[in-house]
Amino acid sequence: MASVDRPDTDHAIRFLHGGSVCEISDCDPTATVLDYLRLDAGLTGTKEGCAEGDCGACTVVVGELHGERLAYRALNACILLLPSLHGKQLITVEDLRDRDRDRQLHPAQQLMVDYHGAQCGFCTPGIVMSLFALTKQTQDTAPLDQRINDALAGNLCRCTGYAPIRRAAEVLLQQDRSDQFDAQTASTVDRLQQIQPRRTLHVSRDDRHYFVPTDLQALCTLLNEYPEACMVAGATDIGLWITKDQQILPTVIYLGNVAELKQIKLDRTAGYLEIGAAVTYSDAMEPLCRWYPDFKPLLRRLGAAQVRNAGTIGGNIANGSPIGDMPPGLIAIGAELVLSNTGGSRRIALEDFFIDYGKQDLRPGECVEKILIPLPSDERQFRTYKLSKRLDQDISAVCAAYGMELSRDGRVDAIRIAYGGMAATPKRAHACEQALIGRTWDQAAVDAAQQALAEDYQPISDWRASADYRLLGAQNLLQRFYLETSGGEHEVRLSHRPLPVAEGQINENRVNEDRTNE
Amino acid sequence: MKTGSMKTGPMNKHAGQPSAAAETSVTRPLPHDSAEKHVAGDARYIDDLLEPAGLLHVYVGVSDCAHGRLRRLNLDAVEAFPGVVAVISAADVPGVNDISPVHRNDDPIFVEELIEFHGQVLFAVAADTYDAARRAARLAEVEVDPLPAIVDVEDAMQQKSFVLEPHRMQRGDYAGALAEAANRLQGNIRIGGQDHFYLEGQAAMAIPQEDGDMLVYSSTQHPSEVQHLIAQAMDRPDNAVTVEVRRMGGAFGGKETQASQWAVIAALIAHHTRKPAKIRLDRDDDMRSTGKRHDFLISYDVGFDQHGRIQGIDLELAARCGMSADLSGAISDRAMFHSDNAYYLPNVRITSHRCKTHTVSNTAFRGFGGPQGMMGIERVMDHIAQYLKLDPLTVREANLYGGPPRNITPYHMTVEDNIAPELIGELAETANYERRRQAIDAFNRKNPVIKRGIALTPVKFGISFTTTFLNQAGALVHVYKDGSIHLNHGGTEMGQGLFIKVAQVVADVFQVDTGQVKITATNTGKVPNTSATAASSGSDMNGMAAYAAADKIRRRLIGFACEEYRVGADEIHFADGRVRIGQRDLSFAELVMAAYLGRVSLSATGYYRTPKIHYDRERSQGRPFLYFAYGAAVSEVELDTLTGEYCLTAVDILHDVGRSLNPAVDLGQIEGGFVQGAGWLTTEELWWDDQGRLRTHAPSTYKIPVASDVPAHFKVHIWDRGRNPEPTIHRSKAVGEPPLMLAISVHSALTQAVAATADRRELPTLDAPATPEQILMAIQAYRAQTYRAPACRAD
Repeated sequence: MASVDRPDTDHAIRFLHGGSVCEISDCDPTATVLDYLRLDAGLTGTKEGCAEGDCGACTVVVGELHGERLAYRALNACILLLPSLHGKQLITVEDLRDRDRDRQLHPAQQLMVDYHGAQCGFCTPGIVMSLFALTKQTQDTAPLDQRINDALAGNLCRCTGYAPIRRAAEVLLQQDRSDQFDAQTASTVDRLQQIQPRRTLHVSRDDRHYFVPTDLQALCTLLNEYPEACMVAGATDIGLWITKDQQILPTVIYLGNVAELKQIKLDRTAGYLEIGAAVTYSDAMEPLCRWYPDFKPLLRRLGAAQVRNAGTIGGNIANGSPIGDMPPGLIAIGAELVLSNTGGSRRIALEDFFIDYGKQDLRPGECVEKILIPLPSDERQFRTYKLSKRLDQDISAVCAAYGMELSRDGRVDAIRIAYGGMAATPKRAHACEQALIGRTWDQAAVDAAQQALAEDYQPISDWRASADYRLLGAQNLLQRFYLETSGGEHEVRLSHRPLPVAEGQINENRVNEDRTNE
Repeated sequence: MKTGSMKTGPMNKHAGQPSAAAETSVTRPLPHDSAEKHVAGDARYIDDLLEPAGLLHVYVGVSDCAHGRLRRLNLDAVEAFPGVVAVISAADVPGVNDISPVHRNDDPIFVEELIEFHGQVLFAVAADTYDAARRAARLAEVEVDPLPAIVDVEDAMQQKSFVLEPHRMQRGDYAGALAEAANRLQGNIRIGGQDHFYLEGQAAMAIPQEDGDMLVYSSTQHPSEVQHLIAQAMDRPDNAVTVEVRRMGGAFGGKETQASQWAVIAALIAHHTRKPAKIRLDRDDDMRSTGKRHDFLISYDVGFDQHGRIQGIDLELAARCGMSADLSGAISDRAMFHSDNAYYLPNVRITSHRCKTHTVSNTAFRGFGGPQGMMGIERVMDHIAQYLKLDPLTVREANLYGGPPRNITPYHMTVEDNIAPELIGELAETANYERRRQAIDAFNRKNPVIKRGIALTPVKFGISFTTTFLNQAGALVHVYKDGSIHLNHGGTEMGQGLFIKVAQVVADVFQVDTGQVKITATNTGKVPNTSATAASSGSDMNGMAAYAAADKIRRRLIGFACEEYRVGADEIHFADGRVRIGQRDLSFAELVMAAYLGRVSLSATGYYRTPKIHYDRERSQGRPFLYFAYGAAVSEVELDTLTGEYCLTAVDILHDVGRSLNPAVDLGQIEGGFVQGAGWLTTEELWWDDQGRLRTHAPSTYKIPVASDVPAHFKVHIWDRGRNPEPTIHRSKAVGEPPLMLAISVHSALTQAVAATADRRELPTLDAPATPEQILMAIQAYRAQTYRAPACRAD
């Protein structure tokens, strides 16, 4: 274990919690934050509802330095690995009462009481933490109700039907919501700076190891040394291997602190937006959607806030899942990958990275360093669509993406079509593309291309969708793309609103609904 | 409302109490009693309790096949795993290896020989950590001779595989009426099951006491049954076991019978090891190994006149019960009791089949069969309307119960409290149903890709356990010397706000602040022989029992004061935490202390049994319900005909809770019940593979509603004219289950939107849950006119 003995290695996880720095040097290397809280720290306010990052009962908030700025993010503690807290601030439901004001409830808590937002109460600590995190997001300019729904999409409540929680959230966002955490920002930043990792962290027990390198060179060196190591970024997938399958992972390397992998760079000369492999969906959303607005509705449906705050586009690619939401869109716009190891870097087209189910073109000792996203041309039309049982926080049955350039006379000059959920990997629809290349972009061409999709894909039936639905859905999404790009006059997307006649006709306060808000 | 027969009492508090303020503690929208603890993370659930020294963690090993004979169970590797302390299986049960709630001996704690579902418990292992117990539980060597498995209702019907005898309800001459009817339609609908998805999974902790007794903390709706089953498994009398429940993190029926097994297993481990033992299922095992709402296949043959009025109907209900009876008998009965919903069926036959399948035993779930029964008749209403090209609301209104003779149910009960016509009329007007329907028709004519639909459906839900003897409840109230009050009753708190409602009732009796009433954990040592907190009966029954207990003490205090202060009873008034006794004015605590010194008992039990109800199941006749709860909902949807994706865009609800004990709690039940029902009928799909394995056993694959599934336009109103004509506690009505069925309007609106994709007299077949896939396939079939043939009938 050469790296164990290196002088530039740290052996204690340090994070801020409850006003002090916690230092943990002896722990299970793949312990979750939830188990740490409930089993070791005796803090049982944070609940386990699913142990797979889907219900949000375990939501905690993690504060992290982004330069000089302190960013607070909601995360699922059940699949958050303890060493990934290194250098950060952990806030749990027990921390929200204001110690300086007679332990009074935080506004996010008090409003949940006032608006009857809790019934059985089991999901409530998680809901409260998501609302608390929502109060710390000042950048989002989406309409209020959407911000609230987005903040809550990762929190399942089985009792209330969410209505009273949303009422509480609306008031919360409209009132002064400064709290003790805001008052202490400067000192928190200061304390976090003192514990910022400057060298590799190595936690081990029983010959199992967890490394947290801080730069690409250290990462590559470790990968060289441990070619079988499991690389983890958001742990939104690997976390489940640990909690659900109880897999023993002998060596884990955490990518979330590797500076180079956290970078987002715009290279106008080369014509690329570069997104580091460990950039979270949340951080990638704004720059990516500035260039490709159609990614926005997809990204806001990818997982939920807690998942997007942990998960990374690099991880979505590197784990090779056939149902990842990002690869189809990225293939359709012609994204490339930069893969690195101690020997240097190589570039490949994203679609070539996926070889077969569970098999990617990643050599031993190599990592995905960044994704190169070509900047769009004016002629390029791009859409990506997702079909799932539930609108929010669901895994795709089918994910489709289309990137097309038409000639002046309305012929298809270039087209890249890719689907997820249709094959063992995210895959281009070559036959479908061929059916369109050179043809006039009209219904007849689309009809032919829809037929060709049956040559491209033989999807499976499972609990998310039958093979028939997958194929029919894939064909009809192409139809939607056609309708949206051929200037039709009809509505082709759900408005998510009733017809106007439904509104403004109700005699409000007719019965005693308002009394309930006393 | 008739008032002549009412005395001062819980059903009419103002009579004889002129000093009472307009808003006393009953009817006030107080927060849930644990609200502050919930938001602060201070509310303790089983897994949060302080762990006793030496606690063992228990996990279960389960079967990996749906049906087979267990040939060999080798547990050596389980026992050898580091940290393991004990492993037990069927042979280690000292008493009866059964947890059947209806004593049929068909629900083993541990498999003896016959495996009857995937996920059935084979053994339990106790270790020093939860992690070790879970790991060890995976190490058993299991050899099984597989047998063919029956997975769904159709298979079971074909193979005549039943857990219980079929049952029938009949009134009038359905066959003659069908033969003579001007119009006749047949059809069927499949309705999927539903996982409870309580956020707190099944959990229990058992702590051995002296004499081999057992104290068990269980997350159960039915502590008395858990107590009895533990005693039976340990071969001890019931009095050796005490079960306590402070709160559950949700239950919805899923902890009525299905909490028993885990509590029993924890107790058996504690019994064997003499150490405290805790069990907590992880989400996947919870979903695989515990029962769900019953799937139903409902077929109908209906005859009706040109106004859509039903003349005769023959309904056949087939329920997937799973591998054992559990509560399937009563659930199937309740489905039959609600096959009329709010409609008069003049000539009717209802046949119910209770199918046995090699899947987990299905169980109680909010509505208890009622929702499935209602889905059938609401489908019939939509079908008739489509056929006659009438507005479905017109057809529904034409069929509502009315005056004699149109007020008799298929089980011969007279509907005395029918407010459905009034309530529906009010909702249709305030929700602007007619104009919205016209606007939607116009929209649909113009838009080929996006279609919209709207529907108004009513709910009439019978209140009382249909098993009559269960309609009894007990309470225990102590008043301490300092005037503080200790409240206990047989009902359990699962988030529904029962505890605060009952506390409000008791506070009202003494006219003290609700905060003065200490709400305490349900405990079989305090109130014995309780019924499950189920059938929406919690506040009706426990509220009355607690009222009776508190009223006894109040009467003793009045008697004492009359004697002590030489005043008449009419000179004593309780108000605002004080007691006026003639010219004296004492605080409640002062009177209590005086009464204590005067040697007055300040503790009392209360008991209640529901009046009027009786039922002859052999003849399917009687009055199984004390009263009905009513409501109605309008739902509007839009759907994408390319993909089957849809959105619930608007919901308007008017619901009757009688005179609400707590409008905030009741509103929460209505909103939450509706959304849970909407989930059942839309996104919540239970998917078994051909091996009988449930593959949607976690929230990643089983999709309950999230916030964005609930429309911004979600207008829920409690009917302000609601009063219970029956003398229930303060004239309130039960509210736990009825609102769930308001969500049938969502399914009906989706059916309307699918029907807008073609111009036909036939109604598209849209099974539940109406996932995007179901909808797209229904549209395809509807446009191509390839309908499913009516299902084969058993007779």
